[in-house]
Amino acid sequence: MASAVKHQESRIDAFVIGAIVILGLFYTLWGAAHATDRAFAIQMWTGFAAFIAGGVMLVNVLGRGPSAPDIASRYENGVVKAGVFASMFWGIAGFLVGVVIALQLAFPNIFYFEDFGFLNFGRLRPLHTNAVIFAFGGNVLIATSFYVVQRTCRARLAGGLWPWFVFWGFQLVILLAGTGYLEGVTQGREYAELPWYTDIWLTIVWVAYLLVFLGTIWKRQEKHIYVANWFYLAFIVTIAMLHLVNNMAIPVSFSGWFSYSLFSGVQDALTQWWYGHNAVGFFLTAGFLGIMYYFIPKQADRPVYSYRLSIIHFWALIFLYIWAGPHHLHYTALPQWAQTLGMTFSLMLWMPSWGGMINGLMTLSGAWDKLRTDPVLRMLVVSVAFYGMSTFEGPVMSIRAVNSLSHYTDWTIGHVHSGALGWVGFVSFGALYCLVPWLWKRKQLFSNALVEWHFWLSTIGIVLYITSMWVAGIMQGLMWRAYNEFGFLEYSFVETVEAMHPYYIIRAMGGSLFLLGALIMAYNLWRTARGDAPAHERASDVPVVAPVAAE
Amino acid sequence: MWNFHKWFERHSLILVVGILVVVSIGGLVQITPLFFIESTIERVDGVRPYTPLELAGREIYIREGCYVCHSQMVRPLRDEVERYGHYSLAAESMYDHPFQWGSKRTGPDLARVGGRYSDEWHRAHLENPRSVVPESVMPPYAFLANADVDTARMGDHLRVNRLLRVPYTDEQLANAAVDARAQAEPLGEHAYDFSERYPGAAVRDFDGDPARVTEMDALIAYLQMLGAGVDFSTYQAQAPENQR
Repeated sequence: MASAVKHQESRIDAFVIGAIVILGLFYTLWGAAHATDRAFAIQMWTGFAAFIAGGVMLVNVLGRGPSAPDIASRYENGVVKAGVFASMFWGIAGFLVGVVIALQLAFPNIFYFEDFGFLNFGRLRPLHTNAVIFAFGGNVLIATSFYVVQRTCRARLAGGLWPWFVFWGFQLVILLAGTGYLEGVTQGREYAELPWYTDIWLTIVWVAYLLVFLGTIWKRQEKHIYVANWFYLAFIVTIAMLHLVNNMAIPVSFSGWFSYSLFSGVQDALTQWWYGHNAVGFFLTAGFLGIMYYFIPKQADRPVYSYRLSIIHFWALIFLYIWAGPHHLHYTALPQWAQTLGMTFSLMLWMPSWGGMINGLMTLSGAWDKLRTDPVLRMLVVSVAFYGMSTFEGPVMSIRAVNSLSHYTDWTIGHVHSGALGWVGFVSFGALYCLVPWLWKRKQLFSNALVEWHFWLSTIGIVLYITSMWVAGIMQGLMWRAYNEFGFLEYSFVETVEAMHPYYIIRAMGGSLFLLGALIMAYNLWRTARGDAPAHERASDVPVVAPVAAE
Repeated sequence: MWNFHKWFERHSLILVVGILVVVSIGGLVQITPLFFIESTIERVDGVRPYTPLELAGREIYIREGCYVCHSQMVRPLRDEVERYGHYSLAAESMYDHPFQWGSKRTGPDLARVGGRYSDEWHRAHLENPRSVVPESVMPPYAFLANADVDTARMGDHLRVNRLLRVPYTDEQLANAAVDARAQAEPLGEHAYDFSERYPGAAVRDFDGDPARVTEMDALIAYLQMLGAGVDFSTYQAQAPENQR
């Protein structure tokens, strides 16, 4: 009886999703036929192929009916498992593109190809930023939020097939974005490069995501909504708001990719950095704090340090973050009152940021010894330490006097990466190391030793990256403003570019180490999921008392 | 007081509304006044809408991601003003949908690059940056010289801009496609009419290939007009209406 009702329910989902797929097929086919340029035609054919694949999957699922393990399990795990795969895949792809563009700046004679304009730095850089932030980070957030909301609400994911729609719909966003950037399809807004039609598609997917998440909360068997879910919810809701406002544009044609933004000049600049800074604040911070608030207590087997601190942390953080955007526009044509507001709130933001860090770190009270034996927990804790470091550096750089030196230089790039590699990267890796044994029901990871390798390679990589960028950025900032004894500018611009060369090489090495670490992780997770015997049962963790016999 | 928070923890919709209210305040206070406070954009002489060819060049600038390495925003700091020229005004980007101020200077600022180098230098530099600046890390853009500009569609581009309150005239709209070619054909039959419609705009064969109007033409036309607009002889930085 219950399963019959359930089946009925999923038929309604399938009907609506089917309608969306058919509309998508019609539009992409029409767009491909009437395309005003080649890039748009390729985008439309890509979308068309994706919608066909989506239709085939849908028919397949309907024909098969709900599978046995799906009904047997209390929770929907399949979509989380898919998210783990997608996270690893896009993570490695994004890190790889990052290494490539780092090498392009270090060795322009080797890594640029006159005949392959689509591999130029200007096209690959948006590909890198979007791949790591939205493809890697986004998949980690969707997967972990789907996992966490089910456990903390003691309810199965709401919406039948809708979680799968969210997953595959988001992969389509990534596919259109990535192939589009190579073709030069971009809005020219940092971290909001998606063209207008992909923006609309992302909006549809995001609304479905919000409803699945809220729907699961509505089904909960706990009175209270757990703190991690507040952060996930703030992330989903606020990103929707930022996305809708910042991407308002009028396309030149409904069968072409180019559009003109609704706002111009100074208003457009502040709207963009209101979005840009809060993509950091809500995508890369609030969402990942949700991960911190679930995975650290879970892995440390301790309750969150302070409930009251988490309340203050939450509301103060989301209220203050939104104001910080103008610090990206110090000394520009933005009116000074707005710059001052932005700086003031950026400085205040230091407090809730560290409040959150303290809440995360102190959760280990009484369990600090686990840092010696559990490399996964160590990764999670170090991520919070990096969070503390970059949320201190951020307010410092938002001070106008400091910003006059740091802005436009590689110091900013270094700052972003201490947050992105150290905080977002490590907390994601930690969560994935937790999730794989939990989801695939393995006692432990395939190899803790490989986690150690990953941890140390990545940490060294990050240190190389951020220290080289500190030196490069501060040095270039000082060179730009240096005067000689006669009162003339000491250096031509290109001399300051030349001075960056050694640091660009060190940065590329740091990035490569980080990529190598991620590859080791992918191997480790894959072996774990496959159910291979944990390596330490054969070697490393067990003290070797006698030589192991050759097999 | 802590009891009060249970409302948010027990009712998801109250939580969502609470989040929306709290995250809306900052943006409303910071961004909306920029549309209403008159002094946000200075009143200056000399800033004009882009010609169709320049607009096509700007699309290429966006498409190639030039903004990821080049800013277009000179700050009012001594070294920047000496290196690049007068600091940038808000009025100079008021027709820019989207703005292209940038955030990183892997290469130099371009806000005032117009007129600093010859067309030939730009062409050589874009084709192979290291042929003229050996230490450069910029990618090569030789392919621009082989791609024709789709001039026929420029009317649509101007129309959308006018919808966004960029002051194009009916005549400019009607002749967009013709003007896009005319600007790169100084000896062509429409060169004179073009100059009438866009006084002061350069009419040159920017890419040195008189037979075609290429993306190289468009991009160089755009670069050569950057920052050259404002008449600083009539702009009074210290006047009260320009204090922001």
